[in-house]
Formats: sequence, structure tokens, C-alpha cells
Amino acid sequence: MPRQRRPGTGIDPAQKLDFQFDGLPLQGVAGDTLAAALLANGVRVVGRSFKYHRARGIVTAGPEEPNALVELREGARLEPNTKATTVELFDGLSARSQNRWPSLGLDLMAVNQLASPLLAAGFYYKTFMWPRHFWEKLYEPAIRRAAGLGRASGLPDPDSYEKCYAHADLLVVGAGPAGLIAALLAARSGARVILAEEDFLLGGRLLAEAFLIDDAPAHLWARRVEAELETLPNVRILKRTAVFGAYDDGTFGAIEKVADHLPEPEPGQVRQRYWQIVAARAVLATGGIERGIAFGGNDRPGVMLASAVRTYLHRFGVAAASRIAVFTSSDDGWKTAFDLAAAGIEVPFLADARADVAADLVERGRRLGLRVELGARVEDATGATGLNGAYLRSARGTTWLPIEALAVSGGWNSNLGLSTHLGGKPEWSETAAAFLPGKTPSWMRVAGAAAGAFGLGEAFRGGVEAALAVLGELERRVPAFDMPIASDDPARTTPLWRVEGASGKAFVDLQHDVTVKDVELAHREGFKAVEHLKRYTTLGMATDQGKSMAILGQAIMADLEKVGPAGLGTTRARPPQVPVAIGALAGRHRGRQFRPTRLTASHDWAAAAAAPFMDAGLWKRAQYFARPGETNWRQAVDREVLTVRAHVGVADVSTLGKIAVLGPDAGIFLDKVYVNGFSGLAVGKVRYGLMLREDGFVMDDGTAARLGDTDYLVSTTTANAANVMMHLEYCHQVLWPQLDVRMASVTEQWAQFAVAGPKARALLSGILPSTPLENGDLPHMGCRPIEIGGVRGRLFRLSFSGELAFELAVPARFGAALWRSLVHAAETLGGSAYGSEALGVMRIEKGHVGGAELNGRTTAFDLGLGRLLSRKKDFIGRVMAARPALNDLHRMRLVGLVPLDGRAKLPVGAHLVPEGERPAASVDQGYVTSAAYSPTLGHPIALALLSGGPERLGQTIRVVDPLRDGDALARIVAPVFVDPEGSRVLA
Amino acid sequence: MRLTCPFCGPRDLREFTYRGDATLRRPDPDAANAASAFADYVYLRANPRGPHREHWYHAAGCRAWLVVERDTATHAIGRVALARNDQP
Ligand SMILES: [Zn+2]
Repeated sequence: MPRQRRPGTGIDPAQKLDFQFDGLPLQGVAGDTLAAALLANGVRVVGRSFKYHRARGIVTAGPEEPNALVELREGARLEPNTKATTVELFDGLSARSQNRWPSLGLDLMAVNQLASPLLAAGFYYKTFMWPRHFWEKLYEPAIRRAAGLGRASGLPDPDSYEKCYAHADLLVVGAGPAGLIAALLAARSGARVILAEEDFLLGGRLLAEAFLIDDAPAHLWARRVEAELETLPNVRILKRTAVFGAYDDGTFGAIEKVADHLPEPEPGQVRQRYWQIVAARAVLATGGIERGIAFGGNDRPGVMLASAVRTYLHRFGVAAASRIAVFTSSDDGWKTAFDLAAAGIEVPFLADARADVAADLVERGRRLGLRVELGARVEDATGATGLNGAYLRSARGTTWLPIEALAVSGGWNSNLGLSTHLGGKPEWSETAAAFLPGKTPSWMRVAGAAAGAFGLGEAFRGGVEAALAVLGELERRVPAFDMPIASDDPARTTPLWRVEGASGKAFVDLQHDVTVKDVELAHREGFKAVEHLKRYTTLGMATDQGKSMAILGQAIMADLEKVGPAGLGTTRARPPQVPVAIGALAGRHRGRQFRPTRLTASHDWAAAAAAPFMDAGLWKRAQYFARPGETNWRQAVDREVLTVRAHVGVADVSTLGKIAVLGPDAGIFLDKVYVNGFSGLAVGKVRYGLMLREDGFVMDDGTAARLGDTDYLVSTTTANAANVMMHLEYCHQVLWPQLDVRMASVTEQWAQFAVAGPKARALLSGILPSTPLENGDLPHMGCRPIEIGGVRGRLFRLSFSGELAFELAVPARFGAALWRSLVHAAETLGGSAYGSEALGVMRIEKGHVGGAELNGRTTAFDLGLGRLLSRKKDFIGRVMAARPALNDLHRMRLVGLVPLDGRAKLPVGAHLVPEGERPAASVDQGYVTSAAYSPTLGHPIALALLSGGPERLGQTIRVVDPLRDGDALARIVAPVFVDPEGSRVLA
Repeated sequence: MRLTCPFCGPRDLREFTYRGDATLRRPDPDAANAASAFADYVYLRANPRGPHREHWYHAAGCRAWLVVERDTATHAIGRVALARNDQP
């Protein structure tokens, strides 16, 4: 039944909002969170717990909520594990409880409680170790069903996200009293201020307490400050924005929930925005988080934090129940009792575990007619599906008293997560009875409750102090301001972590169902260090990160160890401080925008020809160009290969890396980075070159052309272009800066096309009628400048296919036009375009090494290229390449393979084992690196790395591919399958 | 983290590529002990906590190789110089 709504500092009771919970139609008001609206409707049980399936209710009023996790929305927007305490109510909202089966009221899984010895800490390690297959078939599915949280939708996220960057003189995190006053001072000084607040309202506890500031309700002060900040152009207020990480040099990550409070984003609106904020200074005013006390049944629906009870009362105008008792070990509980009494809500008792309480509190309690019990404890709370009473133990004995809710305060924690991201180590403060932020970077300050200033007056003073220090460092004038006149509420705490004598389960982590007993077990079994305790019991590892309660488990362990909280310490947090959607981090970088795409000059033509494309780095390369009637990719590829070998083909090879190396010392420089010599290369000549890493393994291969005396053009493999560039710059700038040489990547500046096949010369003579192309004019491995239609280009006589071949390069903007005329010319000669697949097949037919062989683990010796290594000069990798182990004949070295039966596929990745041996890692002798069907030869071929391979030509080896059921015998052959004499390139 | 490139000014970490220890010198390949000297040069690295001189490449900027003084414990950045001016 909806209770009569009281006025609240953050709601508009006139504006009604309809929503559903587990299909039940309910009504809330504007300004509600889902949790506030549920409480206002008398909904007490909102979910079932993770391990024991105990009924759970709402515990807190903020992002530290461990229990009230719900599934929000439907369909693709379904969002599991959403905290009801932070969800802004909207009209039409639909939420469901989680982890209940078959229904929230009747939960069959609650039988887990009876089996709870099985589910104690460490149970995964002990119970389910053996036998192994039981785990997969039996235990895991059962546990997942029983102990699951929410479900994901399994559908693509329909919303969009974006990234934003911002810079500021001061970032203030948190807009409670300390944050607001710090932001106000800095803003009035003219500094660029960003104020980030996770909540949808500014004010923090000022909205949630009966505070007076300057003799007026505190939330009015917050509203006034907000109004002033909004008028200032140097201030950016980010509401609904959680700062989740602090990084070096004043960098912060934050998530702004732009549209989560709407039924769905408006057209064109992003759902969330990922901010990267760089600030010269930061003030963390992240506030405090109240903690509970471990007594029996402290998880019953109706057991709430005392401060949350006040938040619901003052901000949302909701009484959490009609009879609310208080159990406290801090002055905070008294505040709750007074506020409830003042609002006319029955307070059956106020039990303070402390015998020594400030006299004025006791006096005020008595005046209000409260039943005050000092030195008393709640041992157990009762009521499985909703609190119905509590066993109260006092000097007079134990009595059971009927209550509907219990407001609990065990004191306050600093919300210090962000202060630890850069290594700050929290320190225990006896005065504050809390861990407080340790050393922070010089640009980061902590103020207010986050710094242990739990009273209102001291929070203001802390905020002012932090702002003045920042303004001093930034050399800004201090503006005029009036210190708000506010009381210093008493905020003393004597920690009480657990109640001895509790008979029911006493929880220290509500979301992961970790109990005091689990902590004791961890202690007995030696998992005593705070990080071991965490991992053994999963204490604090749930989505709430134990922000409210994990301290209880740590302190109980500290007591068992007799060291106190200071001695045991606490865990340090890492980003993210709040859960962050992967979609928000990805922003616009999804689908086609996942990364940039590089397109070749022939791309549009290839796309029009319906070519499929493969990714080569960021490039899209056309794989083949199928013709009508070709139903299978192999038909197209085989045709393209045979066309090149019989007639002529043209291919776009622009994706190969191209680096211009210029300067008087360019040749000497290349001598140092290639294993072979380049300073002696004649102008107008091209040479194949191999680069090693300094450890002696192959880095990359390609060609270098000498275009002029001081002008070389280096080509690299497509994949390695950027790495080779970086390597060359390193060699020059770090190793040999005295060399007069400069380099520039020109990959994108040139479009380059291969023209290959017996009719290549005939084709080119039509395109370049005035350029002499005969062997005498342009021999194999020659190059020369050309002019084509008034455009200056370059012509290389290079062959990758093993046929008579040329490569023609023009500035990229003329590439598309040249490509079209080359394709047309080829077709008139019976030729065609060919794609990367045919290119790859011809490479394998010729035994040229490619990416699969240049895998970072092969040497020049392995690849049969050892003869290239110059003995006359030093080069990168020379000394290390000479190591005996890198020249051992038994190394896996390059060979060719052909199937004995002429038909069997030799799949890439298949392992090579001796004939007659049972395939096993112990007899593994190598593996297939590249494989293709050779249309030229009419059977499959492969390149492989085989132990002692070149010494074993003619022998038989077994090619085993257990993953794809491949098993064949192959003959070991030299790795050149077509035209081994190499006569065709000289045609 | 930010590095102040001598050419480009203060720039975000993501523009740079890390390489490692900048105090290493490529050994003389013709020395008698070249094999062991190169093995140390290629494979041996100290892992200091505290100040470290290291090579960074301004890949998304001016393409300069830089010698950066960085505290490995705090990421505090000291002097940043062009590697080409940092010869022994
Ligand atoms: Zn730069």
C-alpha cells in the first residue's frame, strides 16, 4: 500500500510516475529513485541473495547498495545488476527482481541455506576439485543456476555512446558540502572548474539531513550555489557523472549517464558519455559511506543503514517503515532516531552499543520519550521475508521486540577509492574510526567526509581549505565569500564490528553472502592477510566492492589476529570505481568504426566487381574477382593464377609499405639495416633485402630501389610497415645520428600495380608507348622514371609471381584511372585483374617467404636466405645471428611439401611427424606455414618449417592436423614448385 | 601521463611508443667479446624502482626518438631530450 508521501528536498509529489516491479503496477513521484519509490509503495523484498537465496531488501540510498540489484528495461535494453538506489524513476519504467526462482516470494533455491556448510568460503577449491569432468557437467551448471545474478540481454546494444575530452584548472569530484564550497570558491576566482557529481541532484548529504545553514534548510543553500555556478562561464557541472578512475598527471576517467534516466535516448542522443578529464588540480570530495554491524540476520529486509533511513525521510519524503528501531555504535544513529521522532514515526528503541554517550544526546532522547538502551546490542533480527522483530540484549537481559525496520550505524567509512588509484595507501585513523586516504599526488587533495571530516561544519572548513590551497598554487586571487554558518553535529564513533552471541548468519558482505563464520574459517586456514581474506572469501569482490561492509570482515580478521585495523590494513582499489559499460569505453569505435580503414586506389573498382575483401593491417585488399558462372572461390583464384601464367594479370600492390630514404649517407645507412649491401647498388637497380632484429631473427623483407644517387625507395611487407619505419628511425636517431640521411613514409602517396605474365611487356608497351621495355633497356631488377599521360611515375621490373613482371607506380590520386586502363589493356590481351589470393598462391608456388614464415622466430638460415648475410660489413643482427644455435642444421627450416597421393590437403598449422610414429608433441618436427592448391601443377602444395628439412628432400613425412582431422603423407621437396630455374622472369 | 616532446610540447601518452632502457650502448661488433656483449645488450635489463632513463618514440607526432627520465614508481617525468643529442 502506498504510504502518504511527505514533502522531500528532492521530489515533486505532484508529478506522479507510473512504473512496474515484477509486473506489479506501482506509482512514484518525480525525483524518486526506484528504491525510494519501492519503499514508498511498501515493497520490502527486492531480490534474493547470491549464494543462500535469502530474501533481501534495500539497505542504502546510494551507489554503495549491495542488495537491491534489479533488471531494468526489456529486450535489447535489458540491463542486469542495476542498483535500485541509483536508478532515476521515469514514467513507464519496468524492473524485475533477480536471482529468484520461480518467484520472489517462493524461492525454491533458498534450500541453499540448509546446504550452507557446502557453500562456505573456499568451497570451490575444496569440494569440486575432483573428478574433473564432474565440474563441467554437474557442479558448474548447478552452481551457475543457483548462484547467478542478473541475465544479459544477449542482443546488440541499440544505443550509442561517445567520448569527450575536457581540461580544467580544478576538477571537484562530488557535490556535497565540501565539494560545493570548493567549486564555488575556485569558480569565483575565475579558474576553469569542472564539478562532477554521480547523483542527479547536487547537494549530497545536504539533501538528506535536517541540517540548517545560515538558519535555513541546507538544501536551499545547495540550490543557491548551484544557481550561481550555472551562471559562470568558467564552470562545467556534470551531473549523473561518476568519476571512475584517477590516472597520472591529473587525468581522470568519468562516465556521464546522459540518457539512462529516460525511457530511451532521444533520437540522436547518446546514452552515455565517456569523459577524459585532465585537470591541473583535483579535489576529491567523494563523501563518506556508512557501515553496518555484523549481527544475526543483519541482511533481513528492513535492516538499513541509519543514514539511508534519513535520506529516504528527508530527500524523498518516505518513511522506510512505520516502526523503525535504531541500533548504533556512533552518534549518527541518534540523529536518525531524533529525525524519525520529529517526523512522528514510531521508534521502538534506540540501542547504543556504547555505554558512554554524550550526555546531551541521551538527554534529548529522553526528552523525546525514546526508549534508550546504552551498552545494548541487537543480537539477532527476525523475519525471513521482512523484518518482524529483534532480540535486544541489554544489562537487563535479552528481549524480543517487534519492529518493522532497523536503522543501523556502525560509523562511517571515507569513500576513498579514487585516492588509492595512484598508489595511495589508506591509513587507519583512531579519531575518525575509519581508514582515511593516505599520501596523494601533489595535485590531488581530499576534503570533507572523504578526508574524515564527518561533521557538516568541518566538511565546509575542509572544502574551503582545499580550495584556498589550490588557488594559491594556481596563483589566483581569493574571492569574497561568506563561510556558511552550520552546526558541527557530534560524529563520534566507537567501532563495533560484530555482535558476540548472535545465533543467525551475520553478514560482512551482503552481495556475495560472506559471513563472520567465513572470515573465521579463512583465519583458521591461514588466509589472514587482507588480500588473501578477500580472495578466499570473495569479501568485497561483488559489484558494490564492499564499500559499506567489507571493513567489517577486515576488522574482524584484525581482531582475530589481535593487530587492530591499522595492523591488518585494508585493500586498495583499482579503477573503475563504479561499473562502466564496455559500450561507453568503446564510444563510436564499433562495427565499421572500430578502427580506421585504409583503401587502395582500386578499391571502388574492386567493390563494383563484387570482390570480397580481406583485412591486411588496416587495409582492405580485394581477394579475387569472380566471373559469372564461378560458384566457388577456388574457381576464380585458379583462373586468375592460370591467366597470369599464360597471359597477363594486373594486381594492386599498393599496400606494401614504402619508405623514402634520402641523403648522402642513405646507402651506408641501408648497409647497416639490411643484411646485404645497398651502397654499391647502381642507380636504376632494385635489390631484394632482408632485415634482422638485433637478436639475429628476421624482422622483415622487401626490396630497395636506388632511384638516384642519394635517393632510395625501401619497400616493406604490408603488416610491418609502421614497425620498420620506427626501427629505421631508431637506427638513425639513436644508433647512427651522425649519418646524413632522412626518411619518410610514402606508402599512401603512391599507388602501385603489378603487371605480370608472358604478355606483360606487350600490355605495357600499349600504356607506355615511348618507354623502352626490352631486357637491354630495363632488365630484371631494374627501375626507371616514366611519364604517363603527363604524370611522372616509376617503373620497376620486379616479379613476385615468377613471371615476366613489372610494377608501375603513380601518385595515388591517379591510381584509380591507371588501374582502369591497366585492367582494360589486360582484358584485350586475354588477361584479367587478379587479387590477393592468386598473389598468395603464386608466392607459394615460387617459395617466396611471407608473413607466415616471417613470424619472428625464424632466422635467415631457417628460410634458406643465409647466403644474403654479408661478411664484409656490420649490420643489425649480425653478431647475434652468428650464434651456433641459430645455425644448427636441426632447426626447423623451410621446405616444400607435396601430398604423396596428389590430392590430400596440407592444412596450415598441421604438424609434421615421422612416418610410422604416433602423433605426439614429443615427436613433433615442424609445421605447415603456407598452403595452397596449385592450379599450375594441378595438386596441393605447401611450405613448411621442418627440423633439418633441406637435408631431407625426397623423404616422406606425415602431416597431421588433429583439429580438422587432417592426416596425410607428403614428400619433402625444395620450396620452389614452379620454374625452379627462374627463367621466366628473364623473358 | 604526459610527455613533453622537445618539438611538440606536452602530449598525451597515447601518442608515444615505449621501447626501454636508454642507457644501453650498442657494443662494438668487432670487439673480441662481441658475442657476450651483444647478448647482454639484447637480453639483460635491470628493473629499477625509481628513476629510469628510457627511449620513447613520438609515433603519432614528430617521429622523434626521445630519452625520457621517468620514475618507475611514481611516473614522475623528468628531463626529456632528443635521443640524437644524447650520445655518449
Ligand atoms: Zn614530438
